[in-house]
Amino acid sequence: MNGRRIAADLKITARGYLRNPVALFFALVFPLILILLFGLIFSGGSAGPVTIYTQNFDHQSPASQAFLSALNNTSAVRIQLVPASVGNLSTYLGQNGYAVGLVVPAGFASNYSHGVPVHVTLFTNPQAASSAGIALGAVQGVANAFNLAIACPPLKDCQLISIANQNVGSNVYTYIDYLIPGLIGFSILTSPMFSMVDVTSSYRKEGLFRQLSLTPLTRAEWLTSRILWYILLTFLSAAIMLGIGLGVFGAHVTVSLEILPFLVLGPFFFVALGMVAGSAARTPETAAVIGNIITFPMMFLTGTFFPVSEFPPALQLVARVLPLYYVIDGMNQVMLFGNLTAAGLDLLVILAASVVVFVLAIVLFRWRDE
Amino acid sequence: MPSAIEVRGLVKEYGPVRAVRGISFAVPEGSVFAFLGPNGAGKTTTTEILEGLRRPSQGEVRVLGRDPWTEGRALHFETGVIPQDFHFFEKITAREAVEYYSALFHVRPKADDLLARVALTDKADARFDTLSGGQKQKLGLALALVNDPRICFLDEPTTGLDPHARRAIWEVIRKLREEGRTVFLTTHYLEEAQLLADRVAIIHRGQIIAEGSPGEIIQAHGGPARLVVAGGPAVAEFFRGREGVAPTVRDGQVEVPIRSKEEGLGYLDALRSSGIPWGGFTVERDTLEDVFVRLVGRMDDGVLKSEGAA
Ligand SMILES: Nc1ncnc2c1ncn2[C@@H]1O[C@H](COP(=O)(O)OP(=O)(O)OP(=O)(O)O)[C@@H](O)[C@H]1O
Ligand SMILES: [Mg+2]
Repeated sequence: MNGRRIAADLKITARGYLRNPVALFFALVFPLILILLFGLIFSGGSAGPVTIYTQNFDHQSPASQAFLSALNNTSAVRIQLVPASVGNLSTYLGQNGYAVGLVVPAGFASNYSHGVPVHVTLFTNPQAASSAGIALGAVQGVANAFNLAIACPPLKDCQLISIANQNVGSNVYTYIDYLIPGLIGFSILTSPMFSMVDVTSSYRKEGLFRQLSLTPLTRAEWLTSRILWYILLTFLSAAIMLGIGLGVFGAHVTVSLEILPFLVLGPFFFVALGMVAGSAARTPETAAVIGNIITFPMMFLTGTFFPVSEFPPALQLVARVLPLYYVIDGMNQVMLFGNLTAAGLDLLVILAASVVVFVLAIVLFRWRDE
Repeated sequence: MPSAIEVRGLVKEYGPVRAVRGISFAVPEGSVFAFLGPNGAGKTTTTEILEGLRRPSQGEVRVLGRDPWTEGRALHFETGVIPQDFHFFEKITAREAVEYYSALFHVRPKADDLLARVALTDKADARFDTLSGGQKQKLGLALALVNDPRICFLDEPTTGLDPHARRAIWEVIRKLREEGRTVFLTTHYLEEAQLLADRVAIIHRGQIIAEGSPGEIIQAHGGPARLVVAGGPAVAEFFRGREGVAPTVRDGQVEVPIRSKEEGLGYLDALRSSGIPWGGFTVERDTLEDVFVRLVGRMDDGVLKSEGAA
């Protein structure tokens, strides 16, 4: 590895790139359009039902299920079941930045049918007052209906189901907060993938790699220069998105140095992956198809436009095998949840994957034919 | 003089295609060697093997004493290459390309000198994708010279160039030779080979069918000189009447082979005394191109006949 040659190649790469309007558009302007578009569409308060993250400790009973589906039927809220295994719901809500949660206690059905008072616990967050109000109203309404439905002997207190309201103190995140790491991830994925697949296959077709093989530049130096270039572009587009997110949409994400490893390893991984995909095919056309097959699932399923935690469980599993998930989740952990341990784990996954793909790229990628 | 390039028993197979079938030759250091042959003869294949871009299937290849396939990295500091189908980064200007190569080779950039040398000064700041075919070719040559190479491999450097530009490239090649560099050149312009090359090899279907200096090859494979006289049927009749002479007639020209200058002068004397009107005369010799066409044609006929018989 020779720094002078890498610098020379970086310079020529930058020049070529900056003179290519299409590449520039996709690297810098397109993410800008996306954040403005999605930000404007979704920032006007949540129009849809309020999601209530619910732990049902009485899940065998028809009565508790009827209670929850009655809640679902009010179009004001949507029940999202959370398994008991996540532990304390209040902590879980805080970690994920969710505003509303509900716990249905064990014995809910038997107490209800035997006329013993029982209370469900509703967690709400004062920061998200309107969601809290909507959720409280809905739960109150359904509880009243259940209370009225049971024959109420005269003079008896018929408030069988009552509501214990607790505050969740942690931050609540809005859509734009998720959108910032998501779209940074989007551009970490798309700008290297689309152009590296194309560059790798068309340089080979036009004999440019053979041309370079006649100079002292090595394959590893060439790849390093590309990686450095895309890291630079990633810094630029991340700065643009943070600027818009914080300045225009008033997002509250933490901007700290801990996101740097993701802004470095993310492009590193996808430049190398783009090169592997570009080297795998004989023609630029096939290479483009392979590139798209790799890129498209990640464009939508890894928390780019919507948080993965809102996906159906099956899709959440799919997301976990896609490398971009770990980049975006890591940035979410740093910028939203402040959970550096989780971010560190994500980083380990990306690091391991990057090493594998870089080695694969160097092994598969040939300057010259036999 | 030591050999800059040595090739012994070189064979290259692309799957079932035998592109080069056991060729041997040597190029002395400081000379210009022209490699000629019809399309698909194996010129580029051989050149690319010498450059270290392809691995030989069999045989031994040495360039400046090194194996180009395994020792390419060291060799590339001493070789300059312009490939047959030269491409470069589309959005990069000629000057930037030379500067880039200079940085890679760690030599002082002298873009203006090099571009002037290949007559590309007026396009120094034009992007590669706006250059014409010939201008691209010139840039390729400039890049091949960046590292001050001991050997230049030029695969059809003048194809597609206008006559003016071609002569500019010829000058560059002559200068390279004067500076003591070795030039390995392929071309389809036989006059170019005749003008520039110290030695020539003609390759056909992967085999070398003639090798030597242009003069030696013409001597060995060319026909006798011809006296060409401008004149009508009467002149043709005159020659036909002479013992052992078989004139050929073609648009007002009568051609007779001559083996010596005395024979020629004898014909002209007799013609003058005969009183038959005639216009003038020239003496023509086979050029390298004539020899090339004849040799290749004869080989093809031979191949066709033996294939027909089989
Ligand atoms: N990559 C390849 N794969 C398979 N066959 C090839 C390949 N490259 C060349 N050939 C074949 O090898 C033979 C020699 O090709 P080569 O390019 O060396 O010819 P050439 O003498 O340079 O011709 P031209 O004058 O047209 O440039 C041809 O029959 C060609 O079809
Ligand atoms: Mg060729």
